[in-house]
Amino acid sequence: MTGNLLEIRDLHKRYGEVEVLKGVDCTMAQGDVISIIGSSGSGKTTMLRCINMLEEFQGGSIRIDGEEIGYDTAGGTRRRKKEKEIARQRAMTGMAFQQFNLFPHMSAAENVMLGLVKVKKMARDEARIVAEKWLDRVGLAERRDRFPSQLSGGQQQRVAIARAIAMNPKLMLFDEVTSALDPELVNEVLQVIKDLARDGMSMLLVTHEMRFAYEVSSRVIFMNQGRIGEEGNPREMFLKPQTERLAEFLKTSTFN
Amino acid sequence: MGYTLNFSAVWRSFDQLLWGLALSLGLAFVAIAIGCVLGLVTAFGLLSKQGALRHPARIYVTIIRNTPILVLVLFTFFALPQLGIRLGKIESFVSTLAIYSGAYLAEVFRGGLLAVPNGLKEAGLAIGLTQSQIRNSIVMPLMLRNVLPSLSSTLISLFKDTSLAAAIAVPELTFEARKINVESFRVIETWIVASCLYVATCSVLAALLRQLERRMSIPR
Repeated sequence: MTGNLLEIRDLHKRYGEVEVLKGVDCTMAQGDVISIIGSSGSGKTTMLRCINMLEEFQGGSIRIDGEEIGYDTAGGTRRRKKEKEIARQRAMTGMAFQQFNLFPHMSAAENVMLGLVKVKKMARDEARIVAEKWLDRVGLAERRDRFPSQLSGGQQQRVAIARAIAMNPKLMLFDEVTSALDPELVNEVLQVIKDLARDGMSMLLVTHEMRFAYEVSSRVIFMNQGRIGEEGNPREMFLKPQTERLAEFLKTSTFN
Repeated sequence: MGYTLNFSAVWRSFDQLLWGLALSLGLAFVAIAIGCVLGLVTAFGLLSKQGALRHPARIYVTIIRNTPILVLVLFTFFALPQLGIRLGKIESFVSTLAIYSGAYLAEVFRGGLLAVPNGLKEAGLAIGLTQSQIRNSIVMPLMLRNVLPSLSSTLISLFKDTSLAAAIAVPELTFEARKINVESFRVIETWIVASCLYVATCSVLAALLRQLERRMSIPR
């Protein structure tokens, strides 16, 4: 096997009749920061959600650190792995969502602790120390006992990132994490992601923030109608798009 | 009207009413406790993707909710023995009320479960929780908060339904009141006192449930 962190081969995903991913290939090395851009409906988010099996997929394979995700293929038949096994594999990745999805009945610290206690089987005291460390890292140490409803959108998203990252995932998935935020709250979240990138975290980001993608990514993937339309380093992609489609897309997006 | 209220006969038998009330509360408590478990299981059944779970749950809820509880009480007590199932009056009533409350609570719980956003379950999955961990740590606590306001009115009406046990001579509050009424002929006084006991008990229950609701509410 190659030493890739993530290896997606010929990924196909259908919702009933509609094929949303039509054979996507993608590899990623440890420490890579890849931004996925493209118009809505191009399959960006679906691709991300296949990686942690929030979506089933009908064809192709996804491997993380050489381990096949979600399905076992033996002797030509393909079987979904057992739920427990999939849960274990999901913990290999961390995900931050557009709508934050914090557990509303738990404080910021408890949100971060839940996975540590239930999945990593950490003692509560130990989990609290880890949670506080990560909340401190995202600049929310003094808000650790607040509930999600008492936090701004930007703060909620930072807690959500802390919750994911505290699980020590091999790969972080960010699904349009700034799309639901008021403009003045976007930067605090992007700053947290930039800091993680600087620390060498491997990340896959679906984003509409073109300047951010340009600044933070080691590579950019442009998704178009369920396929990868173009990929390369951000400089080439944004300054010299090779395909008509990407040029068109960039013209309609704001780069600020 | 020349009627003068005279409560002395009722006061003389007041402890009888209180024992009746205690039994009413006991019947309600046991039946509703069983009903909650039954309702919860049924609610998950109603929301299941598997027809083998969903259909029986739906049939159970539909039949029970469309049958008057008095008919169910009489059926269990008088008809089941004909079929070889013989229960004492209290057991018979408690099981009827449990099955009845299960069907109502199932609908309440179903609504509460539906109101838990899917994104929260996905967030649980994404950190590696199993389905049962998500159910216990995320879905159930949130469902409970969602249903508390409507749960309290359901629980109170189920408590009041214990009065139907009088129909099969279970000595609860209504039965005791009727006994005092027959023995003393103080019809108005007896039923005023019995009503007051029901109102007071329901008010206390409502206050307790409001307290619980306040305690469990998410800070804003």
